This record gives sequence, structure tokens and C-alpha cells, in this order.
Amino acid sequence: MVTSVTSLGRSGLYDWLLQRVSAVVLLAWFVCIGGTILGAPELTFVYWKSVFSGTAMRIFTLLALVSLFAHAWVGMWSVVTDYLTERMMGPRAVVLRLTVQVVCVIVLFSYVVWGVQILWGN
Amino acid sequence: MLRVSLYRYNPEVDDEPYMQDIEFDTGGKDLMVLDVLEMIKGDDPSLAFRRSCREGVCGSDGLNINGKNGLACITPLSEVVKKGALVVRPLPGLPVVRDLVVDMTLFYQQYEKVQPYLINNTPPPAIERLQSPEEREKLDGLYECILCACCSTSCPSFWWNPDRFIGPAGLLQAYRFLADSRDTATDERLARLDDPFSVFRCHGIQNCVAVCPKGLNPTRAIGHIRNMLLQRAT
Repeated sequence: MVTSVTSLGRSGLYDWLLQRVSAVVLLAWFVCIGGTILGAPELTFVYWKSVFSGTAMRIFTLLALVSLFAHAWVGMWSVVTDYLTERMMGPRAVVLRLTVQVVCVIVLFSYVVWGVQILWGN
Repeated sequence: MLRVSLYRYNPEVDDEPYMQDIEFDTGGKDLMVLDVLEMIKGDDPSLAFRRSCREGVCGSDGLNINGKNGLACITPLSEVVKKGALVVRPLPGLPVVRDLVVDMTLFYQQYEKVQPYLINNTPPPAIERLQSPEEREKLDGLYECILCACCSTSCPSFWWNPDRFIGPAGLLQAYRFLADSRDTATDERLARLDDPFSVFRCHGIQNCVAVCPKGLNPTRAIGHIRNMLLQRAT
């Protein structure tokens, strides 16, 4: 058993499942947005605003944002624990790894808050 | 003529590894890569590589041959040589002891982690623990592994985390005992695997399947382990 406190769910299975489910949500959202763009009679700000003023679309978009947060956390965590390791670069790896992980989480969290602001803003 | 390029490194003499180029006359025969190495060693006894059965059973001579892992003894030149060149390197990702010989400690440590033996604490029957033909069939494609390490050393996840990711060879054996009807430690075995590294570093790129000299499919076995973990936890 290899433990880790920086992975999203602390469990390999949880992270794996979350990444699969979030990938499906993101795919569905992108298909929906693609359809919205292609099906638009004319792509204007008014039309775009009306699309995102519906509660269902807001919930779906927020779900996609949260999915992106989870998906990217799991993915970036995998990348940094592959390449930024003590085996690859010596003892300084732990500082660099932790820093990159924290920066990733802050950036992702900011995207979610920013997304909420856009969705529910005027 | 065959242009053979060999990875050479003797830590007692060399500062760093180098490639030694040799012109080799195959006599027009489609030799096995091991035959070529043996003949070169006849001229230069300092060349080090492992070998034993020379028929794909012992798993000693796993090497990186023209960029792909395989057993030198059952790899014919016609299968790997392109443009008259044969490049032989040690298995990637493991420390080199000398020339083509690698230190397999990390590989065996991961194998040891999966407890590759039957665990059953119920009183043994008088003769043996029986299996139905169907139960026995589940072990096909799993028990044949010869631990040559071709799969694990072709896996990038194992290169980066050989101390934390069990690797395809170990996981194939983990499933071999999870699938065995005579084993009673399924829950304990699964609990030991449910962390972010041991199983879940596998991203399913199937390098292991592509190189296995016995034609086994570790990726499928890993998928079965995932499903068992999922079943147990949901």
C-alpha cells in the first residue's frame, strides 16, 4: 500500500473513477456547446446570454467546471508524481513537486470561482 | 554483413556507457539474436549478458533489441533487423550492473509485494484442493509468465515509479492469485492494491502487451483487478 496525501481522493480507485466520470461529463458538455454553436441562427451576444441564462444550462456548466477541476487535479497530480520525483532530480524534487501541485490547485480553484462569477453575473 | 551495436559498460573500467560497433558475418543464416551475442562473446569474453535455457522458457535474456524488448533466444534476426543494423541494449529503466546485465531488485520487490503464492488458511484436504475445469481455465494466460521483465521495463509508468507502481508483470501475477478459486485472501489482496500508485499508475498504453514474448495480456489482467476493486468499493 503506497499512501499519498496530495492525490484528490487519497484512493487510486476513487481518483480513477472520478477521472472517468468527469471525462464523460466534459465530453457531454462540449458536445452540447458544439451543438449550441452550430444550431445558432446567428451567434450574437444576446443569443449566447440567453443560452446561459437557463438554470439547466447553468447547472450543466457548473458541473462541467467542477469536473474540469477534478479531472485536471487527478491528471496533473499524475504528471508531477511521474516526473518531479526524488528518483529523477534528487531531494529538491519534493519542494518543486509540492509547489507545482499547490499552484495547480489554486489555478483550478480560481477557474471554478471565475466560472461561477461569469455564469451568474450580469 | 550485419552491423551490430552493443551497449557496453564496465563500472570498474568505464566512466560512462558507450556503444560498441561490430561487423558480424551471419553466413547468410537467420540466427537468433542470442546466437549473435554468443558468437561475439566467443571473440570477446568480456561481454556480459544473462542467458540460460536458450529456448524462451527461463526468461533470463530479456533485452532491448532494436528498440523493442524481447527475449534474445527466440528473436530471429529477420524479425528485428532493419537496414542491416542490430542494436542491443539492456532492459530500460533498471540500473545496469555491467554491459547487458541489469539489476532486477526493483522488479522482484514489486513481484514480492503481490504475495505471489496461494493463501488459504482453511484445513487442507487429504490429497489436494480441487478445482473445476472452469475454475482452472481462469488461470490460463496468467500462470505462463516467466518473469523476464520485458513488459515492466517497457512501461513508462514503471520507469518513473519502479518503487511504487507494481508494474505489468507483478499485476499479472496479482490477478493470477485473485482469480484462483483456491485462494481465500481476495479481500486482503485487493485492500493492499487500492492506492494511487500500485495499480492505478497503469494508463493502459499496452506496451506490455506489445512486447510480452509469451503473448500474455497484462493490461487485461489489470482491467480485471480494477473491476474487482470497483465491485468491492461501490
